[in-house]
Order: sequence, then structure tokens, then C-alpha cells
Amino acid sequence: MNQHTMKLKIDGIEVECVEGSTILTAAKAIGINIPTLCYLDGLTPYGGCRLCLVEVSGTSKLFPACATPVASGMEVTTQSPKLYEYRKMVLQTLLAERTHICAVCIANDHCELQAIANQHGVDHVFYERNWSSNKIDSTHNFLVIDPNRCILCTRCVRVCDELEGVHTLDLKFRGKNTDVIMDQDEPWVKACSCTSCRKCAKVCPVGAIYIEGENIEYTKDPDVAAFIVERRKRLK
Amino acid sequence: MKDDKRRGLLEKVLKDHGYQESALLEILHGAQEIYGFLDKELLTEIAGVLNLPPSQVYGVATFYSFFKLRKPGEHVVTACLGTACYVKGVEPIIAAIEEEFHLKRGGSTEDGKLSILQTRCIGACAMAPIISIDDVIIGKATKEVVIKHIKQVLGETKAEAV
Repeated sequence: MNQHTMKLKIDGIEVECVEGSTILTAAKAIGINIPTLCYLDGLTPYGGCRLCLVEVSGTSKLFPACATPVASGMEVTTQSPKLYEYRKMVLQTLLAERTHICAVCIANDHCELQAIANQHGVDHVFYERNWSSNKIDSTHNFLVIDPNRCILCTRCVRVCDELEGVHTLDLKFRGKNTDVIMDQDEPWVKACSCTSCRKCAKVCPVGAIYIEGENIEYTKDPDVAAFIVERRKRLK
Repeated sequence: MKDDKRRGLLEKVLKDHGYQESALLEILHGAQEIYGFLDKELLTEIAGVLNLPPSQVYGVATFYSFFKLRKPGEHVVTACLGTACYVKGVEPIIAAIEEEFHLKRGGSTEDGKLSILQTRCIGACAMAPIISIDDVIIGKATKEVVIKHIKQVLGETKAEAV
């Protein structure tokens, strides 16, 4: 199989990569780190969190690196004052959207949102906060979901569909009313399609899905998605 | 479920779309036309026939405000929440109706006689705020006029029932 390779420049460094790969993977290959939240190795890109937005020369539009395929001759900028400000804004809107209080969150110190906010020097939220007070679902034997900490990255939805294969989780409604549901918005214990595989808790970047009584440090393992994908390739 | 004529009609809709999962939206449209609303039982059945996860079908049905998930009341009050109606104060009118008839927006009264829905602009902004009761549209609505009208409509059904 002959795959076309393409040449492009990322932050001034020339990269050669196969057709169809994304800006994010091309950047990773040369050691350039672009911040991401909803993106997870092993899952289909979602392009929802907008943290990986990059500049592409020739257009003023910003592109999500995780979902934008590379093109020949592309010149990409991944770090600039404009992008930094933009990412700070995205982080603040994420923090303002629901009730994110690190001090009383189970994922404190093991939270991807918190870590990226720290990296970007987000020490205040300059938007009015929503302070959502949605019901926590702890009906399941050991899995708990607190929608107030959810950032709707859909990692759990995708891992449930693409890797576990049961698609118990999905989203209901739209806009600010969006929420993660189990089956047809049932309490978790009644969602018959759930296999209790706990992959959703492993990949959740924040403290929204966790395992009751288990140290979050042991639960969180976002790399499990890429690991499973790799193992399945070997099986074939 | 519901093995009546409507089941046959639904079967026809499903068949017309070749039981394709990509036709989910059209099938939901058809199902709502037949049953008037989409309850969980119906959504489960459609998910089963199309071989789609129930959560995905439910997600699609809730994403679009066109789909009704609960049986609407016998009489339906629709409040316009378009910009003009909102600015002209449709909010306090809705609140007054909720209080007067003991129901919540998007829901129905316990006896199923009345439900109240919200909609975006119905295209008569000059008459804002607008409330429609069944097919009657009330422009430049006030609490008093609307509540009086709803009581009239409800009163009529009672008279018919006796």
C-alpha cells in the first residue's frame, strides 16, 4: 500500500507525514505539544473543547488541530499570544459553565482541566459562573456521575461506543441543557446495556465520573483507550 | 406495544425508509405524526428495529425541540419566547399561567387538560407578546386576558363532557 506523504511546516519546523493524519498527530511526532481536553488517543476526534485551535497561514480562521487533516505546504502556528489568550478564554468558559470547585473535587490534583488551567495561568474566571446544581447519580454499584463537574468532552460517550461497544452513554438536549445520559436517561443502575467496564471513569479528564471509594489516582488512566486499540490490532 | 392501526402505519414508515439507521430523523418525524408524541417505549422500539443504541435515539429526539416526549394536554397554550415577545414581557405571563393552573412550562396539568409549551418567534412580532391557545392567537397579551381565555376554553370542555 502506497501512502502519499505530505510536507508541511509546524512552528517553522518542517514535518513529513502521511496523508490523512491530523495537525495534532503531526505536531506530536516532532515533539510539539498542543493542549487538548476532549481529544484522546484511540478515540475519534470530537473537536468540542476548542483548546487545540491553531493558526494556519493564509486564513484568519482558527482550526482545531485534532480534527484538521494536514495539507501539503501548510504553515501552522501552535503557539502565539493570540492563541494563548484564546485558550485562556476557552478554559474560563469551561470553568464558568458548571460548578467547578477544585478544593472539594475528588479529582483535585489529578484533573486535566485544572492542570491545563494552571499551565495557562488561569487564576480567575472573568465570566459570571452558572453554579449548576444537577443531581448526582450514585445508583450504580460503584460508578458515580456528577454532572456539575462535567465539561461535555464526550470522552466517556466515545469510549463506551467505540471501545466497549455498548453505547450506553450519550448526550441529551442541547446547548446549556446538554447532559450525559445512560440509555434513555435512566438512573445508572437501571441502564441495562451498561457492562460496568469502568472505562468511562478511566478516561474522564475531570472528576465527573469516578469510582466510589477508590482513590482517583488509581482510577484515572486515559491511556487505556490507545492501549486497547493497539491490543485489538494485535488480535487481528 | 400498541397493536392498533397506528402500529401498522409506523411499520409502513419504517419500511419506506428501508429500516435504515440513517433515516432516524425522518422515522421519528413519521412516528410523531402517527402517535402525536414520542414516549420512551416508542423510542425503544424504533431503536430496536433500526439496531441503534437507545441512548442515541433518545439523544436525537431530545436534541430537536420539534419532538415532543410527553403527551400534550387536551388544550395547548404556546408562549412565544422570540426576542420581541420576551422584551415585551411574555415571561411574567407564563409565570402567571403556571401559578394559576398549577403546571410547569413544557408540562401538563395533572388531569391532562392543559399543557404549556414554549416556542421561538411565530412571525407576528408587531403583536408581541403573543400567546396562542390551541389555534387561537392572542396578540398584545396580558395576564388577565390570557387566563380568562384559558378558563373559557377549559370550561367549554367541561360542559361538553357533562
